[in-house]
Amino acid sequence: MSMTKDTILEVRDLKTYFPTRTGLFKAVDGVSFELKRGKTLCVVGESGSGKSVTARSILQIVDRPGRIEGGSVLLTRADGSTTDLAKLDPRGRAIRDVRGKEIAMIFQEPMSSLSPVHRIGTQIGEALRIHFGTPKHEQRERVLELLRQVEIPRPESAIDRYTFEFSGGMRQRVMIAMALACNPSVLIADEPTTALDVTTQAEILDLIKKLQQSHGMAVLFITHDMGVVAEIADEVLVMYRGKVRERGPVEQIFHAPQDDYTRRLIGSVVKLEKKAEVRLARPAIPAGTPPLLDVRNLSLTFPSGLKAVDDVSLTVRPGETLGIVGESGSGKTTMGRCLLRIYDAQAGAIDYRRPDGQTVDIRTADKAALEKIRREVRMIFQDPVGSLSPRKTVGQIIAEPLKIAGMKGRELNDRVADLMQQVGLEPTWRERYPHAFSGGQRQRIGIARAIALNPRLIIADEATSALDVSLRSQMLDLMMKLQDKLGLSYVFISHDMSVIRYMCDRVAVMYRGKIVEVGDTDQVVNNPAHDYTRALLSAIPHPDPRNRRIHTRFRYDAGRTLSANG
Amino acid sequence: MLRYIAKRMVFAIPTLFAVSIVAFIIIQLPPGDYLTTLMAEWASQGGAVEAGTVAAMRDRYGLDQPVYFQYYKWMAGILMHGDFGISFDFGKPVTELIWNRLGFSLLLSVLTLCFVWAIAIPIGILSAVRQYSISDYTATFLAFFFLAVPDFLMALSAMYIMSAWFGQSVGGLFSPDYVDAPWSFGKLVDFAQHVWLPVVVIGLGSLAALVRIMRANLLDELSKPYVTTARAKGMSELELLLRYPVRLALNPLISTLGWILPAVISGEIIVSVVMSLPTTGPLLLRALLAQDMYLAGSLILLISVLTIIGTLISDILLAITDPRIRLQ
Repeated sequence: MSMTKDTILEVRDLKTYFPTRTGLFKAVDGVSFELKRGKTLCVVGESGSGKSVTARSILQIVDRPGRIEGGSVLLTRADGSTTDLAKLDPRGRAIRDVRGKEIAMIFQEPMSSLSPVHRIGTQIGEALRIHFGTPKHEQRERVLELLRQVEIPRPESAIDRYTFEFSGGMRQRVMIAMALACNPSVLIADEPTTALDVTTQAEILDLIKKLQQSHGMAVLFITHDMGVVAEIADEVLVMYRGKVRERGPVEQIFHAPQDDYTRRLIGSVVKLEKKAEVRLARPAIPAGTPPLLDVRNLSLTFPSGLKAVDDVSLTVRPGETLGIVGESGSGKTTMGRCLLRIYDAQAGAIDYRRPDGQTVDIRTADKAALEKIRREVRMIFQDPVGSLSPRKTVGQIIAEPLKIAGMKGRELNDRVADLMQQVGLEPTWRERYPHAFSGGQRQRIGIARAIALNPRLIIADEATSALDVSLRSQMLDLMMKLQDKLGLSYVFISHDMSVIRYMCDRVAVMYRGKIVEVGDTDQVVNNPAHDYTRALLSAIPHPDPRNRRIHTRFRYDAGRTLSANG
Repeated sequence: MLRYIAKRMVFAIPTLFAVSIVAFIIIQLPPGDYLTTLMAEWASQGGAVEAGTVAAMRDRYGLDQPVYFQYYKWMAGILMHGDFGISFDFGKPVTELIWNRLGFSLLLSVLTLCFVWAIAIPIGILSAVRQYSISDYTATFLAFFFLAVPDFLMALSAMYIMSAWFGQSVGGLFSPDYVDAPWSFGKLVDFAQHVWLPVVVIGLGSLAALVRIMRANLLDELSKPYVTTARAKGMSELELLLRYPVRLALNPLISTLGWILPAVISGEIIVSVVMSLPTTGPLLLRALLAQDMYLAGSLILLISVLTIIGTLISDILLAITDPRIRLQ
């Protein structure tokens, strides 16, 4: 590729290595690309592909012991002068002058990427002080202007608040304001929307696009989500294990991919665009079947006065998957936890039909009854790292519910081995600890633990949200396989409509503690009755660059007051 | 905030009552009372005691009355007149004895705290930033060495070295000439010459804990994403270190500040005895040995009051320094 006058940053043959005990880990291995004024380059790949390290190498902020071993990062300024950033001392003055001023960066975790004990105004204004020595009162003026640009409501009071007083989306806006403070010519965004739910993601993508146009910045956007790539990219770089697998204009990547890996990435997203084939083929559950779980008028109000669950009624039939969808804060997780009495709902009934046909109200069940029910109703959690004890082997983790149920000796061993096989793990791995497994494998461990006691109902709370897209469909396929084999029912809680569409028979849409719509998945997805459902659906990034729709999506604003901490 | 403090104060009252009762019972637990101790002492000196004298003294001190009545009398004195009773051993009011020594105890504690923080925080930062380097290992080794050496041994060695090699007068907080002299510039200089030795001896022993806490806190903070964010802003490494991770790593240390208040009374008894410091520590030890119950009881009560106040102060300090606590 040739240098044109629009090229701001040119990365050539970049190599960043991490020395480890077992040898050199080549996190970035000969990566080249260019960033052009006003254009967006998306770097896409699964976790561990080196895309984040590539971005950090540009600013030389790779975590120790990582080091740039070779290659060049040429930054061309408006006056025509050029600097090779890779040759600068990582602690030196020269590279510090580039950071934040010419190249700014925003990060994935808007919570932990901002200091919790400094006011946001101070954190945003700091860049101005460092690079221009702007005096305090001028800083404040500029910060207010920036907060207005990123559309934070009531900037005059927001400026003196702390990060934890903001929601995830608002925090990411603060990050963006910080990055824009010195009018950089390049913005590097490292998975800025991964931790946000779809509607907030759509808003942040909109904002970045708008600011890019008004500031004429080059954007390097890192993501693992092909849908996001299709929505925003001009050019795409596909990375796998530190190497570039393919690069080119977004049209070409999506409609004429050259590389197998690219095809697989696109395939895994497109697969989630429709219902799973196993579910299409399955006969419908007879409508007259008595429900396994019958929730009526369930309500939970937190001591703060927040109505987390507000008069929720729903049913789950045997062998069925009920999806609960909604954005963060909609009360879906709280509702799921009420079903297992992790939280005590204050009103309503949760009628659960025992195998012998009797119904028990979980909400008022006594301790003995609850213990029995909890063997039949299990839970899978979102965070595959946090929900497994790091001090127990995988064998011990899976055996735990069995031991509590009184199983021991050879029978226990065989059962654990059997369970591991069912979820696609080698039984010989039973002596390993959770940290030796990847995120997807850890979630399989969680599933094995959940099905250990042959449950009848599993509540899966965002079970696939922490996984890469390619792993996501595998995990859903596994869950459906187990459902058919063991006759399970699922309550599948997710903020991701595409996951719900892929696997759920019916779906309930939750908004601010209330169910606004329930129905068969096909009907809700294709013909939503409630405006909120429409907004949720139209915020899903669509993996086709020819049909970009996220910027023209339907917004649901009825009765919604935008607030800084809402 | 004020309401919160007032609420905490009110909650402290039942705690204090409970503590005073427990303290009183504990003092009564060992067999015998102050007079038994006194008679044993007289007997060891060869003096014979007539039974009538003992009975008369027991009556005078009120030791023949039931325990709950003694407690009631003591408490009533404190609440009505601020009178903590009389020390049998010294024959003086308890308040007079305690106030004399409390000032020095407080001064010594504060000086020691300043010394320890001034040394431990920079060493902790260095250890964390240069983790697993020679300087980290050296600092860690020294800190643990001083932790491991018993403090009386350290006090004795320090006194020996200072007096044998440098000819300085050691022990106490003043030279003999100044002990009873009124405060003057000369006395202040003399105090400064004496006080640094106990400060160093006591401080070195508690250095290790603080260095390790600081190092561990900072190591946690250094790998947090907000550090990378600040670096990406173009901040210099030193400013970044002090402004972000160190600032956050200090928060848990601030909560330990409240612990020094109760330690003012009971802290470093052994070192104080060895170095004959005029602090409350040796006084408490002596009162307990002699079963001087009003003195011991008052000191224990004072320790509990200071514990409660100390905890409150550190909670307030933490709320001031950490907005997450203040606003939630």
